[in-house]
Amino acid sequence: MTTFWSIWVTVIVLGTVFGCWWLLFATRKSQPTNTETERTTGHSFDGIEEYDNPLPKWWFYLYAATCIFALGYLALYPGLGNYKGLLNWTSTNQWEAEVAAADEKYGEIYAQYGETPVPELAKNDDALQIGQRLFANNCSVCHGSAARGQVGFPNLTDDDWLWGGTPDAILETLHNGRQGNMPAKGVMPSMTNEQVDQVVNYVLSFSGREKDAAAAQAGEAVFAQACVACHGPEGKGMQAMGAPNLTDNVWLYGSTYKWIKETVVNGRQNEMPAQGGRLSDDQIQILGAYVYSLSN
Amino acid sequence: MRHDIVEKNIGLMIVFIMLTISGGFLAEVVPLFFLDEVNEPIEGLEPLSSLELEGRDIYIREGCHVCHTQQIRPFRAETERYGHYSVAGELVYERPFLWGSKRTGPDLARVGGRYSDAWQRQHLFNPRSVVPESNMPAFPWLFEDKVDHQGTSAKMSTLKSLGVPYTDEQIASAADDLEGKFEIEALVAYLQQLGTVLSDKR
Repeated sequence: MTTFWSIWVTVIVLGTVFGCWWLLFATRKSQPTNTETERTTGHSFDGIEEYDNPLPKWWFYLYAATCIFALGYLALYPGLGNYKGLLNWTSTNQWEAEVAAADEKYGEIYAQYGETPVPELAKNDDALQIGQRLFANNCSVCHGSAARGQVGFPNLTDDDWLWGGTPDAILETLHNGRQGNMPAKGVMPSMTNEQVDQVVNYVLSFSGREKDAAAAQAGEAVFAQACVACHGPEGKGMQAMGAPNLTDNVWLYGSTYKWIKETVVNGRQNEMPAQGGRLSDDQIQILGAYVYSLSN
Repeated sequence: MRHDIVEKNIGLMIVFIMLTISGGFLAEVVPLFFLDEVNEPIEGLEPLSSLELEGRDIYIREGCHVCHTQQIRPFRAETERYGHYSVAGELVYERPFLWGSKRTGPDLARVGGRYSDAWQRQHLFNPRSVVPESNMPAFPWLFEDKVDHQGTSAKMSTLKSLGVPYTDEQIASAADDLEGKFEIEALVAYLQQLGTVLSDKR
């Protein structure tokens, strides 16, 4: 704040406090008496008259006390322009003190867990309790409070992983997030409607559910062209690309003919938002252990 | 009694009342108009794109600010949950500001990037489908209605006259950029940028 505005604020604030003080005493002085009387203001409304009494004493002293309190407050806290106050209080200071106090209380526990390898941490009940809370606050909105996921958001309790279920892969997912992208019609934009039908039947045949055996057989060639690059020749997926295994019975976007067709025709985009920076590294380590513990 | 003088001269009373109520405004508000800390954008702050700007107006139209605040206060309980407390420099292009005053739902000041686009769409289509205990209303019409871009350029010009640095090209191409966009796209674009400029997230 420039000096001008500092003075501006100071003058107005002090002016107000002393102005109130002056008003209080000036009006008290101008009264003919400081005790209650029967005197009225002279107004009369339907026979109702108004006493002209001074302020009650308790009220008067309370008012004076607020002025004194205001001066004390202004001495301690920053209320006068650039004057910082005797306590040097700022909202940022207060926040930093709160954070520091919490660090002192919890920092050691977090640091200790942060250095423990995930598989070991996943056996520590205390750490898992913290992890469960962190999960409920930060992850359950998509993955569900029981971590079983839902359409479009993976189940974390089974053994099936899009991007890998090793401790390192889980931590990588948590720190940097993941961008899943299945292009429409795979890498074969020219896929015809008939070929879509064939490839969907072929994908269904991995789990023995094809609608049309002949179409499924024809679909193998389409699959080889459009899908193999990510899902592999046997449809077992590739974790480096986040490409799901199509041969198990775990489906992120529905397992029926209709849903698989929708996936093939329009593709799928999905995102796991990065938590690095949002959560501390120690918290991510604990969260990683919690997620790891769900399936190990 | 001298208070008679004030009570019987309405003009004088008006003057005294004005003086009384303007004290706080003059001391607490007026200096802020001239404070750099409040008026200078933080590094990297860009005006909202036309899509985000229309998303913001949809946010206002649907009354999101009635249940969601956009202001993280400097308390540990808030910064742990929502991220770094809000700073004035993030909000210099906010006209009107959407700080809100009541949290029926969570604060949204740093919701940008916190969830995927797909989650935001599903949640707005039917909040209960992702958060079973939610009492937020569903907004299915956002998926059917196209963004009304008739006034977008005019809005951007108005903001420019108030100091938001839009370029003439941005203003001229606003309507074209929004052609065929659904309201849900605009709203999600708006939500996904909230609070993302400040690099320090904690």
